[in-house]
Amino acid sequence: MSKFEALDGNAAVATAMRQINPDVVAAYPITPQTATVQTFSEYVNDGLVDTEFVTVESEHSAMSACVGASAAGARVMTATAANGLALMWEIVYIAASSRLPIVMSLVNRALSGPINIHPDHSDVMGMRDAGWIILMSENGQEAYDNIIQAIRIGEHADVLLPVAVCQDGFITGHGLERVEIYDDSEVQDFIGTYKPQWPLLDLNNPKTYGPLDFYDYYYEHKRQQIQGMENATPVILEVTKEFNERFDRNYGLFEAYRLDDADVAVVVANSTAGTAKTVVDRMRDEGLKVGMLKIRLFRPFPAEELAKALSHLEAVAVMDRSVSFGAMDNAGPLYLELLAALTAHGVSVPTMDYVYGLGGRDILPGEIERVFNDALDAAQSGEVERRVTYLSVRE
Amino acid sequence: MSELKGWKEIPIGGMILEAGNAVEYETGDWRAFRPVFGEAECINCFQCWLNCPDSSILVDAENEEMMGFDLKHCKGCGICASVCPVNARVRKKAEEELERNDPRLCIRMVEEGKFEEAGDE
Repeated sequence: MSKFEALDGNAAVATAMRQINPDVVAAYPITPQTATVQTFSEYVNDGLVDTEFVTVESEHSAMSACVGASAAGARVMTATAANGLALMWEIVYIAASSRLPIVMSLVNRALSGPINIHPDHSDVMGMRDAGWIILMSENGQEAYDNIIQAIRIGEHADVLLPVAVCQDGFITGHGLERVEIYDDSEVQDFIGTYKPQWPLLDLNNPKTYGPLDFYDYYYEHKRQQIQGMENATPVILEVTKEFNERFDRNYGLFEAYRLDDADVAVVVANSTAGTAKTVVDRMRDEGLKVGMLKIRLFRPFPAEELAKALSHLEAVAVMDRSVSFGAMDNAGPLYLELLAALTAHGVSVPTMDYVYGLGGRDILPGEIERVFNDALDAAQSGEVERRVTYLSVRE
Repeated sequence: MSELKGWKEIPIGGMILEAGNAVEYETGDWRAFRPVFGEAECINCFQCWLNCPDSSILVDAENEEMMGFDLKHCKGCGICASVCPVNARVRKKAEEELERNDPRLCIRMVEEGKFEEAGDE
């Protein structure tokens, strides 16, 4: 029997970690993720888990310890945010290229500088080419559910890639919500036992991880990594379907909210999707045919499926909580990626970008309504008046 | 160079799943200088065999005899020539400073591709 608890996003993830009972957790505290590892360390102290908790002196060491433990054959988890992730950088790539299914809870926060502790997506967007699977979560429930699924996805024999599960710092990370917590045994049963194929600790079959790899084979190993990413989408669909059936959920590669009969839509990730739904409902009451698409899977980017889901629209407004400095029109990464997807799959629809909420700047329903109104105007004229708007920045 | 394999044929992540397969990696083509025997007779002390970082000194263990160099793997570092006590004796006896390719040495280091010029092979 599952039960409902009042938990913030960090506590929800810590609870998932307790139920997963990973062999090793190596982490360093950083706002707004601290509550996750702090809560989890109490579970370790209280003997609620069998986890070896490695307290390290930095995030670079945290990810290094994760890599070592995962290569040894352990089920490994960590958590971080913003500058912590940035400090992990070198090893973040090594985890992926060594094909180690480490699961990371990433509580999104703006990268310094100037120093800021509040949410935006500059941290996760920086790791988009690092080779990790990236799942986004609207609220604590989704973060909890995604973390549990991430174990299965990353460890799948056809994938073997690390997985980052994102949620917005403070807004959901520290926001108390009603979260359905499943039975410990149900979670254990769903994730199953980890059977590493090439554990270093299998002393009868000695092997080497991370050797020198030059021009003669490095490229072939990168090609294998591409295949792991390519295999991930069907695996995610399979794991998600099983999760949905067992726990009565309705996840997919993305969430379409009142999208089927919509004329225009907003594409958004993480907590702002919740606000956007409220705005969609309000505008629908006024007879305006607006909808929303919420990104769940950012890596691998489900380009074809997204293009198909948006193909009937007359205008699309992407909301980006980060900016890709110097990219085309100084747009956000989600917009650039989606625009490429639409173009590649022959969907010709006016598409605009709205950069918002940098450094935790509030995003209010009225602003999202303005985005929808712009989209409705673009739908009517068939033209994009301004490709990129920096929403609510003071002139 | 051994036959290069495709991405579907090799372990993922750069993993090496068999122990001791470094021998398959032929590092001999990195070499700029090649060790060759000179005039001074080898005393089979095995100092070169002990010190070679690439296990590239070939020996006949049964007859306790130094046989030559495994040129598929020798990188030409010259440690064998540096540690050779016969070389040390030849250098000490010579009245002048000897080049490392001097024919009077026991183990000489000759520039790759210049053996004929130096009168070798």
